[in-house]
Amino acid sequence: MAIFGDAFATAFSLLFGGDRQLFGIVALSLQVSLAATLIAAAIGLPIGAALALARFPGRQTIVVILNALMGLPPVVVGLVVYLLLSRAGPLGSLGLLFTPGAMVVAQTVLIAPILAALARQTLEDAWAEHCDQLRSLGASLMQSAATLLWDTRYALVTVVLAGFGRAAAEVGAVIIVGGNIAGVTRTMTTAIALETSKGDLGLALALGIVLLSVVLAVNAAASWLKSMSVRRYG
Amino acid sequence: MASILPLQLSHVRLAIGTTIVAEDFTLALAAGDPTIVVGANGSGKSTLLRLCHGLAIPTGGTIAWARDPKGQQAMVFQRPSMLRRSALANVAYGLKLRGMPREMRTAIARDRLCRVGLEAIADRPARVLSGGEQARVALARAWALDPQILFLDEPTASLDPAATRALEDILRAMADEGTKIVMTTHNLGQARRLGADIVFLHRGRVLEHAPVERFFRSPGTPEAAAYLAGELPW
Repeated sequence: MAIFGDAFATAFSLLFGGDRQLFGIVALSLQVSLAATLIAAAIGLPIGAALALARFPGRQTIVVILNALMGLPPVVVGLVVYLLLSRAGPLGSLGLLFTPGAMVVAQTVLIAPILAALARQTLEDAWAEHCDQLRSLGASLMQSAATLLWDTRYALVTVVLAGFGRAAAEVGAVIIVGGNIAGVTRTMTTAIALETSKGDLGLALALGIVLLSVVLAVNAAASWLKSMSVRRYG
Repeated sequence: MASILPLQLSHVRLAIGTTIVAEDFTLALAAGDPTIVVGANGSGKSTLLRLCHGLAIPTGGTIAWARDPKGQQAMVFQRPSMLRRSALANVAYGLKLRGMPREMRTAIARDRLCRVGLEAIADRPARVLSGGEQARVALARAWALDPQILFLDEPTASLDPAATRALEDILRAMADEGTKIVMTTHNLGQARRLGADIVFLHRGRVLEHAPVERFFRSPGTPEAAAYLAGELPW
């Protein structure tokens, strides 16, 4: 178990020793996952709102599929995006494969269903509570959706952060479409996979500690935001 | 402004699945003093209001207004739903939906909050207010729309006597200004205090519609007599 002690020492010295390479990896990870989270939120939240408020044939089927997509395996997403972006693929002309852009696309595909499904649940509960009142006041479905998106903003921040956590922690998709190229597409998770296979377990574990810290900080922020909003707005 | 009243319901039926919640509502509501709707639980009081207000679509019969009631009616629900914003913003919300400029709607909302005695808590978040305060915010929110007819579904069901009195005073003021009040209640004392005429429902039917004095002195049906004998008199 000495390896854990060594790993913490390594992690500590890497973090506070100002290791440029490490910061490059951490920064790229955060950039890619943040961009994917923003795009996925822009796509997923409106879809969640539409599914929560609108009633149409086939809605229940879509909800079931969407819930199932929350468990989408990252490697499968990586493979599909790889095929789409590869030179011979339909989107090959974009030249995105093995760039951070491809990683953003893959993570967006991975977490957009999660954001949509969780947002749908949140908004459906809010709609059940406010439906009569909003209709009584003459709100259109679009106005109601906008109102409820704003009204559940704190719960939705938690939803979005859950998506971010998932994106930042996955390795299967980014390693396939990014290729783990040092200095270009190497993220925390792909670096951990690489260092582990090279046998540098200390460095891998150190990176793992950094990753865990980021995820922990994100979750702490989410829970703080939530409790603050409950205190303030009920 | 041309009146949307009288409102005429002819043999209105509502079935939800195989459950018949309204058997035969035939009723005329004219402009003027408050109409109070009474009847046992499950007799269809809330359903009657929801049908009149347009929240439920009848499966049979007709609901006819003198002219298009769009934007001319409002409803206060038994459990008012408050958005996660200030009391003032909740009251102004209905006007915002109608595209009224911010200054104008804020001024109106502030005036209505004053008139329900809540000017002091205008900027507090609505969801953390007490039940009595929320009931008054709900009334102010409906009042802000300046409806020709206001439906209220047991607005005082969960209020203490002081809050109930306060609400009744507000309703009387609104009635004096020409708003038609249509309210359900289990509180027969309140029905006497506020009502000019009583609508008695029994198992999804309008069994009686009579001036308040006559209804309490000599109910015209055995069902109404049994109801009056069974209800507590305050």
